[in-house]
Amino acid sequence: MVAFATFAFYGAHAQEQHLLDGAQIHGNFDLYAQTYQEDSIIGAKDIPEKSGVNAFTNLIVTKGPFTAGIRVESYLPPVQGFDVRFGNQSVGVPYRFAQFSKDGLDITAGNFYEQFGSGMILRAYEERSLGIDNAFDGLRVKYSPYQGIYLKGLIGKQRYYWTKGDGTVRGIDGEVSFNELISKFEASKFRLTAGGSFVSKFQDAGVSSLDIPENVASFAGRMQMGYGGLSFTGEYVRKFNDPNGDNGFIYRDGQGLFLSATYSQKGFGINVSAKTIDNLGYRSDRNALLNDLFINYLPALTRQHTYTLASTLYPYATQPNGEIGIQTDIIYKIKKGSAIGGKYGTTIQINAALINGHDTNQISSATDLAQQVYLPNDPEREGYTTSLLSIGDKKYYQDFNIEIDRKFLKKYKMKFTYIYQEYNIDLIQGTATGHNVYAHIGVIEGLVKFTKKQSLRYELQHMFTEQDQGDWAFASLEYGYSPHWIVTVLNQYNYGNPVKKLQVHYPTVQVAYVHNANRIALSYGRQRAGIFCVGGVCRNVPAANGFTLAITSSF
Amino acid sequence: MNINITNMYMKLKIAFVAILCSLSLANFAQEDGRKIPAVEIQNLDRSKFNTSDITNDGNPIIISFWATWCSPCKRELNAIAEDFEDWVDETGVKLVAVSIDDERNVQKVRPYVDGQAWEYDVYLDPNADFKRAMNVNNVPHTFLVDGEGNIVWQHNSYSPGDEIELYEMVEKLANGESIH
Repeated sequence: MVAFATFAFYGAHAQEQHLLDGAQIHGNFDLYAQTYQEDSIIGAKDIPEKSGVNAFTNLIVTKGPFTAGIRVESYLPPVQGFDVRFGNQSVGVPYRFAQFSKDGLDITAGNFYEQFGSGMILRAYEERSLGIDNAFDGLRVKYSPYQGIYLKGLIGKQRYYWTKGDGTVRGIDGEVSFNELISKFEASKFRLTAGGSFVSKFQDAGVSSLDIPENVASFAGRMQMGYGGLSFTGEYVRKFNDPNGDNGFIYRDGQGLFLSATYSQKGFGINVSAKTIDNLGYRSDRNALLNDLFINYLPALTRQHTYTLASTLYPYATQPNGEIGIQTDIIYKIKKGSAIGGKYGTTIQINAALINGHDTNQISSATDLAQQVYLPNDPEREGYTTSLLSIGDKKYYQDFNIEIDRKFLKKYKMKFTYIYQEYNIDLIQGTATGHNVYAHIGVIEGLVKFTKKQSLRYELQHMFTEQDQGDWAFASLEYGYSPHWIVTVLNQYNYGNPVKKLQVHYPTVQVAYVHNANRIALSYGRQRAGIFCVGGVCRNVPAANGFTLAITSSF
Repeated sequence: MNINITNMYMKLKIAFVAILCSLSLANFAQEDGRKIPAVEIQNLDRSKFNTSDITNDGNPIIISFWATWCSPCKRELNAIAEDFEDWVDETGVKLVAVSIDDERNVQKVRPYVDGQAWEYDVYLDPNADFKRAMNVNNVPHTFLVDGEGNIVWQHNSYSPGDEIELYEMVEKLANGESIH
């Protein structure tokens, strides 16, 4: 390989036109590091290395229709809270690809990310802040044979830390955009798109007393309709017998249905979405658990909270084995100059969500499932029966949010937020308290621009709850000096904790310097134990005390 | 089938080593400006849109990556919205706002954009394909493209007042000056 590389090196040099003439090379870099000192009061353990460093760099080369890319990642060792299996290798190249894209044909060899429809049947994606990366390693072909018709096919194994998952995934997806296909409809106010997918995963059954299906197939159908400001979306997914670690090795088919309706016009928007899933954990390794090797993506049908107390204490995480939920989101901008709106206008946002389990009837007993003693065609191996549309008694999560955003003076604006959360802590966090958590959160946020380039933003948050850790208070102050400096001080105080010893402060100071696409931020203080979620996928953030350094750069 | 794929991977590995060796050459230069990569994303009605169709008749273009859950992103785009009409009148600038909201939040993008009455070209990038191709790590991340389609500036994060520096550069580009 070295000989060939040297040959290519001189060979390229010898030619009149350089291999990289007209090529573009760009990339990015990201580093996240923490230092750890023992802090027994908050539960921060003594870490032998006293630090964790996660870093990666991407490089992409493009020339005409060709693109190639590579990512180098390193974990020295992984930051606390990231899966320890990232530390199996300290530095490596887990991602590399070559792509050709021209005239409606797109071929990728190597690693790639992909989503079919809403992702309920297939989604390979990355979320580096969570340590999520289920990229495929294989081949993908995209082709548009005719205007408005889009076809995709892929085959590959998924990333599993520094190696690959056991199963091989094959998938095809087709989508028709009727407005592009039929020229009469091109400028029509009525928009229509329809699509379908078929995915199959193969994994050797190995040695098992069960009659394990080695090929697990699934299909999905979707439709998107729109007329002016109105739009409807729907997708249905069905997965065939998939005994796996999530469902206790039952043979029951899995299903999912997502429906959404939106209406919006200037100054007003409303969306209502409903989702129901049953036994829809679909992984390329039937024995995988946690967030490993998911083929599909099941997002939480709840609001993505941004305020610390609302997002890191009781965030909802999707239950792949079954849930049914509905969410509504409304935004209304009261006109500026009106009596209620005030001189600059007022924006109101309301959001509410409710998620319950299904009504299920167990067919097989818990002992049978544990012993896994079914014969083929034994109806008991279905595990349970339920209807996809049934609403069970068990509430998983409920929330109600209202947010009012108003500018009072040219240089001063405020935002008032009230959040109510009801959270099934036993189900979601695996505790055994016997009751749900009911929390009320109030937030006041203000932004003062005291000169053209200097600003001060404050946040005061308070959580009232009689369960779990009790009441919390949060305050933060952020000073911005455009364009380079941002300094933040914040504190969280669990003054309501039923255990007096745990009524603790979590202060932090952060200084960030930004120059164009480079940002470096250093913070020091106590990090509260919590949950950090993006899209309904969460990771635990352990308590920590020390420095945090975050560097990001794009070039 | 297996052997062919292994061979292909071997060839890719060799190609990479070759490319990386070539990188060490001093006489390699990116003479052409950096163009927007051609990536398939979506319009607000979920129909397909290719980023190579982002043009503005020779006027400057701002490309801003944002998400409905990113408060600094919304602060930036709402702050620009206050003066955007004037910006367009004076320089003909176009602002392309690419939402990286995934399927959890993508249904909320259109109501939010219409609710805030933005005059921007808003697109959806639910699986982060364009974000990845532009080497964006986190949002907010804003790019400035000149009249010839070259990416001439980029910025990460947002602090109130950053839009002043952004507009100074947009004005320079509109007047045919270089921003460096």
